[in-house]
Amino acid sequence: MPVKVMIPSPLRPYAGKRDSAEFNARTVGEALGHLTTQFGELRKHLFTEEGKLRSFVNVYVNDEDIRYLAKENTPTKDGDTISIIPSIAGGCRPLYGSSIFYQTTNDRPRD
Amino acid sequence: MVEAAALWISGHLAEKIRAHGAETYPHECCGALLGRDSNAVLLGDPGEGSSTAAREILQLFPLVNRRDDSPRNRFSVTAEDVMAAEKAARDQGLDVVGWYHSHPDHPARPSEYDRDHAWPWYSYIIVSVQNGAPQDMTSWRLNDDRAEFSPEGIEIRHRAAV
Repeated sequence: MPVKVMIPSPLRPYAGKRDSAEFNARTVGEALGHLTTQFGELRKHLFTEEGKLRSFVNVYVNDEDIRYLAKENTPTKDGDTISIIPSIAGGCRPLYGSSIFYQTTNDRPRD
Repeated sequence: MVEAAALWISGHLAEKIRAHGAETYPHECCGALLGRDSNAVLLGDPGEGSSTAAREILQLFPLVNRRDDSPRNRFSVTAEDVMAAEKAARDQGLDVVGWYHSHPDHPARPSEYDRDHAWPWYSYIIVSVQNGAPQDMTSWRLNDDRAEFSPEGIEIRHRAAV
């Protein structure tokens, strides 16, 4: 029995509208590799250009966050479920110190 | 094909988002938008070769801003909160279709930080709160290439027609 990868709603348009996919994989990294090989458009939303998992992408094996296991080297076994869970973040302060989004005196970014 | 997006929300829920922003001022508020996409084709002529996709917000799932260090200009939602919002949506036969947050004393426009942390497909509602009073409310969707957001028209409806 292969490993099941659960695909979150925002990524389903890039995965043929599927909510899950199954692969034979020995590690989380291998499963995600198969996933992004099959659905190439997913790659930029899951990984940085350097090939690292984006910081706001959480990956769980069953109920365990892989950050507290062996990260992408976390071993998987048949029947495991890998869940991709979005972290949601934002805020009004500009990331790079730009004031482009601020037009009034009161709109100056705060540090 | 050009695709314009529209977000349908009741006046009651829109007011709840604005009230949440006022309540947490000067800190940012945040929450999940529960709803569903509509297959309906909207009336009007958005242009040749284009279509309009509609999304309806039917419930809110207010959350606590987990950013203790800079809650005035940042918000974050933990994976556990995301899973709780998704469960709440599933229990009602809905999806988490987006997120809302406030910009205290800033315009209702996404920042670079918003863009850098955004996901595609989700609707991101931003309400500007100036001196404690909610002002403009806008909605945005991240483009496929992650380079920028596209504005999404908010349509206040008395009752959904999905």
